[in-house]
Amino acid sequence: MEKHKPVVVVGAGPAGLCAAIELKKAGAPVILLDENDKPGGQLFKQIHKFFGSREHKAGTRGFTIGTSLLDESLKLGIDVRLETEVVGVDPGLRVWAVRQRASSELIEASRLILATGATENALSFPGWTLPGVMTAGCAQTLINVYRVLPGKRVLIIGSGNVGVIVGYQLMQSGAEVVGIVEALPSLGGYGVHTAKLARAGVPFYTGTTVVRAEGVESLERATIAQVDGSFKPIASTERTLDVDTICLAVGLTPSLELSSLAGCRTIYVPELGGRMPLHDEYMRSSVQEVYVVGDTAGVEEASTAMEEGRLAGVHAAWSLGYMSDDDMKERVDETKQRLNALRQGVFGQKRFNAKARIIQESQLR
Amino acid sequence: MSATERYLKTKGAPSLAELEAVGMLPKLEDLARGACLCIECVEEIPCNPCETSCPNGAIKVGDPITNLPVIDREKCTACGLCIPSCPGLAITMKRVQGDRATIRFPWEYVPVPVVGDEVEMVDRLGNVVCPGKVIGVNAAARNDRTLVVGAEFAAEHVLSVISMKRKRS
Amino acid sequence: MERTNRVADHVVLGPAPEVEEVCIYLDGKPIPAKKGEPVMSALVAAGVTVFRHTAKGSPRRMFCGIGRCTDCVMKVDGVPGVRTCVTRVRDGMRVERQEGKGSWAEEAADGKA
Repeated sequence: MEKHKPVVVVGAGPAGLCAAIELKKAGAPVILLDENDKPGGQLFKQIHKFFGSREHKAGTRGFTIGTSLLDESLKLGIDVRLETEVVGVDPGLRVWAVRQRASSELIEASRLILATGATENALSFPGWTLPGVMTAGCAQTLINVYRVLPGKRVLIIGSGNVGVIVGYQLMQSGAEVVGIVEALPSLGGYGVHTAKLARAGVPFYTGTTVVRAEGVESLERATIAQVDGSFKPIASTERTLDVDTICLAVGLTPSLELSSLAGCRTIYVPELGGRMPLHDEYMRSSVQEVYVVGDTAGVEEASTAMEEGRLAGVHAAWSLGYMSDDDMKERVDETKQRLNALRQGVFGQKRFNAKARIIQESQLR
Repeated sequence: MSATERYLKTKGAPSLAELEAVGMLPKLEDLARGACLCIECVEEIPCNPCETSCPNGAIKVGDPITNLPVIDREKCTACGLCIPSCPGLAITMKRVQGDRATIRFPWEYVPVPVVGDEVEMVDRLGNVVCPGKVIGVNAAARNDRTLVVGAEFAAEHVLSVISMKRKRS
Repeated sequence: MERTNRVADHVVLGPAPEVEEVCIYLDGKPIPAKKGEPVMSALVAAGVTVFRHTAKGSPRRMFCGIGRCTDCVMKVDGVPGVRTCVTRVRDGMRVERQEGKGSWAEEAADGKA
């Protein structure tokens, strides 16, 4: 094994940071690349306290976890290259990166860990391109990172955890949430999250969809309607709400650009956001030197992304000879235990089963 | 959970019947005996900071961490440390004395309430139930920016009151 | 237009930090911005609702806010199609609404400020 070649981690969000930290701790050379000018991915937008147990830093706010990961990576002296976009990966594991949109470099990697995250889904309806219609993540970035309010009266489409968390955070920044619309008959997010909005008087509209958005040069009102059994709006139930903002919280899709370029085989898993790279129990893709971690390997949460990153980091370090068999096994076992703890209960079981299916499928091929 | 009501998954918050069905509605005698811990966490989510925040072992989640929390009222000293520890903001402390009730609840909005504020107490769906008065605001650093607000109001509303109405700036 | 959409106070984030102010120009009109923030947030803070028009004249603002979707592109210092959500402000920066793909040419209305 050529020990001088670095492990290249793409994406400095929670998964990538944790992978890089594990590699560096084990003594492996690692380079962490991110297209943004600040590391942390979406973690610094998460101003709420996380779920889980003490081992998952439960009860700690997302940005606090982000700060401690950055501190750790700084202390370890990890080579973090920001404003660096990876635009190509070839079968020889050469990573083509463009720095500050100006210079380009080829990095020969021993292993590649892809932590490229996911993209928020759009939803098309008449008027959806109007200024004022945006993803929930866009609104979250504006209020929690830049501290500007995109609007005063907000309608949220989608009642999953993203929709209800961003709805609560919009109220914390002073906006009014005029409603949360959910096409399914039941709300999707954790009851403790929806209860925060309910007690603030936010109405939930289940079995309802957005029919159109209207306004001259920007959003002025939205029309919603109940849906029938085949999710078609029922015209007689239409009602119009005065809003200047619509936030779409209708799921995320794994970002597959780089794993596709690397030749990783994919699998369709609707529970985890759609098409995603196959991976084994160590987060290794169908290309043995390439790992996929976090949302790009199936959309879950920051807390699971961090554990997946650790899993891949440990296994990659071991595979290059930087960790003993026993150490690897021990670290993998404890990480898996923490992961499993997060994939239980009424919400987690579905994700646990989906992940099990992916791992099983990866063994068959 | 009640088979007839689905408030939590349609209106966003549990009804009193749904809470009662999982043993999370306090009994009136508990509320009269002293400050009474109330946890409204009726779904199996992976979370246990309430358990680890309690210095007296009065809240049990155990393994797996998706278990619903179980309260040991004998061990609870009503210190309130669990209130800001809950990421779901699902913990309150209530008490009834004569015709007045008090509640301590988590709060994360500006403007920060001030002792003496005349406020409107709300139920789980945000309906104004009765007037109230802020009697305490705890902003201790260990709460990590979740304020714990104390308020008093008419005792007859003790079961329905969960928080207070947000003031619009 | 003195309105601001900046969030002054926040229980979790605390009071807004003091950040040095710079000035950018939207179609020639001065707009205050916070040093280090993206063009997008300076415009949102100033209440700007339209960032550009498509070739068919349909208005656009921002959509994803993290550099994925290109809904928020504008002409910045003469360069069209710049993603304003991932481009940080600079004092004196000239930002223009573009139509369609925009053009590289200097337009008559701008740059006179």
